[in-house]
Amino acid sequence: MSRAAALDTFSRRSFGIGAIGLAVGAMVSGCVGGSATPGGSGSAATTTLHLVGFAVPKEANNAAQKKFAETEAGRGVVWEESYGASGDQSRAVVNGLKADYVNFSLEGDVTRLVKAGLVAEDWNAGPTKGMVSDSVVVIVVPKGNPNRVTGWADLVKPGVRIITPNPASSGSARWNILAAYQQVILAGGTEAEAKAYLTAFFNNVAALPGSGRDATNAFLQGAGDVLISYENEAILARQSGEELDYVVPDETLLIENPAAVLKDANPRAKAYLDFVLSVAGQTEFTKLGFRPVIDGVPHVDVEGAIDPAQPYPEPAHLVTIADLGGWDAVTAKFFDEKTGLVPEIQAATGKKQ
Amino acid sequence: MNRWSGLGLGISLVWFSLLVLIPLTAVIVTSASGGWAAYWNALTSAQTASALGLTVGTALAVTALNIVVGTAIAWVLVRDDFWGKRALEVVIDIPFALPTIVAGLVLLSLYGPNSPLGLNWANTRVAVFLAFAFVTLPFVVRAVQPVLLELEPEAEEAAASLGAGRFTVWWRIVLPSLTPAITAGAALSFARGLSEYGSLVLLSGNLPYRTEVVSVRILSYIEGDKLIDAAAVASVLLVVALVVIVGLDLVSRRVARHA
Repeated sequence: MSRAAALDTFSRRSFGIGAIGLAVGAMVSGCVGGSATPGGSGSAATTTLHLVGFAVPKEANNAAQKKFAETEAGRGVVWEESYGASGDQSRAVVNGLKADYVNFSLEGDVTRLVKAGLVAEDWNAGPTKGMVSDSVVVIVVPKGNPNRVTGWADLVKPGVRIITPNPASSGSARWNILAAYQQVILAGGTEAEAKAYLTAFFNNVAALPGSGRDATNAFLQGAGDVLISYENEAILARQSGEELDYVVPDETLLIENPAAVLKDANPRAKAYLDFVLSVAGQTEFTKLGFRPVIDGVPHVDVEGAIDPAQPYPEPAHLVTIADLGGWDAVTAKFFDEKTGLVPEIQAATGKKQ
Repeated sequence: MNRWSGLGLGISLVWFSLLVLIPLTAVIVTSASGGWAAYWNALTSAQTASALGLTVGTALAVTALNIVVGTAIAWVLVRDDFWGKRALEVVIDIPFALPTIVAGLVLLSLYGPNSPLGLNWANTRVAVFLAFAFVTLPFVVRAVQPVLLELEPEAEEAAASLGAGRFTVWWRIVLPSLTPAITAGAALSFARGLSEYGSLVLLSGNLPYRTEVVSVRILSYIEGDKLIDAAAVASVLLVVALVVIVGLDLVSRRVARHA
């Protein structure tokens, strides 16, 4: 079934979705609601902006909102925010959740809104192609790195237990699997060698928790020796006092998170997007673990980074989704139920054990 | 039927339709909109079939366990007096009250890699069984308990005075009265097991072909924008639940008849 047909079904069958939601119980756990009122806005004219986003950049957005409130355009803005799993949040907006500004983990979650006619076709025409934050795939290890993990090759040694979020049920988990595969190619290997590596990788997978945050929790409970995660997630965990270290591999994948303003949004939402993409906005994101998407962001020490003075080391080789032909090509090649490499490898490794 | 009972029936039906019948119909309509192809697609996926087998099998096993252990717990709570009985009364309901993700965290710390008991069952099928057993424990207990409380001891005493052994009294007098309650509890317990998700998020590892349950498959279909497949799998679950609940009811009638 094509994506467009799926979306069409989606909007017509919203009852069905509700019922599936019932059937699967508490799994749709978006923390909808909550509001933030940054700054002591003394002005009488307040504007309410609705932000719908994935959970990870909440702190960064809150910090940026505070600075935004100090600007002319941001004065008197009151935020109604909803954070949850990226895909769930995107589907919620299609189904009528009020949003002015959306901030998702994957480009596809914005594309879904474009197809539903909620976001303009040219949302990604800007210099950053619609992206507001970057990160890279990293290998998280217990404090002190007891197994001396230095890169991807260490993960496929016998007995290493890998935790990575489930690429089927969490769209964002796909970054990790792609990184594990593409690092072989980046290091000069062939597609066959990359497939062999990914097979060995899945043989060592001990758990595929539902989301990145669940994976971090399972890792902290000791369910694995290494966790495949995102640099910003690792930094945030360390900022909140979790006992873990991380390794930025020489070959890895660039993670890019998009944001967009809805067609019928209050114009001040666009002002916020512009602010997030400004040096001042990017500085707030940088402090909380994200790599900047523009040049000229002044250096800041990032608490929680392995080296706070050099928080974002440049990997020797970095691949992007665009290098791989975009998400549609990547999804068809790797994650499609019938033709994808990952379900095929999971079938082979899962049945064997 | 008088005016008031008619009104009661009307309100009940409207409420039940809004909350249950219409959404259920919508699931079936959505899944049917893909025709047989959607069912075929969903069911011939080896991964989905494996998840379905694991979920239904584990739910059945846990239900069987609950029938025995749940009835025993209810018996102990009603017929015996012991220190801490009141506390146990309250604790029984905790699996109901606890958010399932917290239940998963508790089970992981108890039966995971850092287990104080030295049992590491995380990311295995045992973990799935444990999680199902944890969340479904109260159903049979709470269904049987009130019936047992109401049971007149005279019938049992009469049977005993007429020479019936302990087993005969239990089998011919007590069990037939409890059967409808046990069945009701078992049906709830089975249905709850089928749909469990939250407590497994951290505990089972969601490993395809090994520990992945159906609700994770449904979530995967939704994430992949394959809503028809998701609805098809959900409707299969509905049918399984219906078959098992009707089956339990038939067994219950049979047992009740030989009273």
